[in-house]
Amino acid sequence: MDITFEHVSYIYQENSPFAHKALDDLSFHIPSGSFVAVIGHTGSGKSTLIQHLNGLVRPTHGKVSIGDFQLAKGMKPKNIKELRSKVGIVFQYPEHQLFEETVAKDIAFGPANFGVSEREIQRRIKEIIPMVGLSEELLTRSPFDLSGGQMRRVAIAGVLAVKPEILVLDEPTAGLDPRGQKDIMDMFYTLHQKQHLTTVMVTHSMEDAAKYADHILIMNKGKKYMEGAPKDILIQEEALNAVHLDVPEIIAFMHHFEKKFGVELPFENQTPKQLAKQIQQLIGGRLRNE
Amino acid sequence: MNNMMIIGQYVPGNSIIHRLDPRTKITVIFFFVVFVFFANSFWSYALLTVFAAVSVIASRVPVRYIAKGLTPIWFLIVFTFLLHLIVTKEGQVAFEIFSWKIYTGGIAQGIAISMRFFLLIVVTSLLTLTTTPIEITDAIEEMLAPLKKVKFPVHELALMMSISLRFIPTLMQETDKISKAQASRGVDFRTGPLKERIKAVVPLLVPLFVSAFKRAEELAMAMEARGYQGGEGRSKLRELRIGKIDVLIYILFICVVAGLFLLRS
Repeated sequence: MDITFEHVSYIYQENSPFAHKALDDLSFHIPSGSFVAVIGHTGSGKSTLIQHLNGLVRPTHGKVSIGDFQLAKGMKPKNIKELRSKVGIVFQYPEHQLFEETVAKDIAFGPANFGVSEREIQRRIKEIIPMVGLSEELLTRSPFDLSGGQMRRVAIAGVLAVKPEILVLDEPTAGLDPRGQKDIMDMFYTLHQKQHLTTVMVTHSMEDAAKYADHILIMNKGKKYMEGAPKDILIQEEALNAVHLDVPEIIAFMHHFEKKFGVELPFENQTPKQLAKQIQQLIGGRLRNE
Repeated sequence: MNNMMIIGQYVPGNSIIHRLDPRTKITVIFFFVVFVFFANSFWSYALLTVFAAVSVIASRVPVRYIAKGLTPIWFLIVFTFLLHLIVTKEGQVAFEIFSWKIYTGGIAQGIAISMRFFLLIVVTSLLTLTTTPIEITDAIEEMLAPLKKVKFPVHELALMMSISLRFIPTLMQETDKISKAQASRGVDFRTGPLKERIKAVVPLLVPLFVSAFKRAEELAMAMEARGYQGGEGRSKLRELRIGKIDVLIYILFICVVAGLFLLRS
């Protein structure tokens, strides 16, 4: 499903001394099937943005379209539940939303609310549990007996069990150890490709943005600051530093390398391995020339 | 989250009311609440209303904001008014609706009681609107200090109060967050039959309790780690002081009370 924002503004507590503009005339378009990273400093409006994606909040001004669904001020769409079944949001620290007696019941909670049959739910649980890296023995345990990382996976499984077409991730790896971060991100990426999802990920990690996203949206003070392909956006060191963001380590390295050796190394979403090979060839070529 | 609730919400400012010693505010408001019940004539209500209005204006809290904050309470005020209107059978019959006689006494009583209610709420919410929770608990601790002599745990009580006040916004945020997460998982908190809506609260309450307990444990540990050992020998960052404005306000308030008793019928 395509996602389109047209001049969207959102004001918290309008008409009060606490009025606060979280989004300011924001327009962008995300085609179906993209993996978008939304990046921005704390308070740049990222979290407010994603709450527009399944109608948790409606824009104060402007219009949001998700597929055939439209959200605007004062509109009360009856099919909001249908929208929510198509847009799955994994909130920050999603383990805080667990409440059922057993892991299986908690995963079943979402799909049951959206009217999925019991048999289908059981089938989905069997399918999802290995996908998120849990074992089936955990299904009968209480979610509160699990470790933090396991709880996070259960919560993610609960969102995936609804089978959304758009997957929204709000800093999905915050607070996990490096290994867990990599596992979870790889899992989301595989899922994104296999199930042809549209993925919107809020993140602070420029590394993750460089590695997974095919489109990047940089937010600053509720406004769109930059938008484009990672290879065009992530190399703009000065522009990024101006909004308290760093370039990914690999690009920082490439910039240093260029300065030191006077060789241009264009960024094309290389992995460190590919970059090493490139440099090897470069040096090898030089040695041969000399 | 909740755009309508202002009770317990502090509006930063630097007005006279903001700068008053919190003890002054609490004392004056306490006695105002008591004396509201002594008002029984038009002019006595008028006097108290003027006092409340002047306080609101002096606090520089936007009136529209206070009015909006009262929305959940309007229902109670209107309900009280209607109840008195229907039940009171004093004075003459003013008019009849559906063969039910409405008496003039009922109208007067209804207006008086709902006015009383309205004044109480406006003035008490002014306290929390212009005083930080920390100031309020400091003031209460000071005012209850004499009770320490009879081994009453004043400091602990004040601490309990400030902790619970401190965590109201946190819990509200948490509620907002969890209810949004569950709404995304298809819970419908707003529509549907009552039974379903009550059931919908469980996925909200369980995580809320879990996180509240966890937070309490963490707080207790953090306090102990920083050497907290109760009120004994503990000094204060902000000492409360009664200033000139406070004395002035006391005098003004005593005049208002005197006026109130003169205007009583």
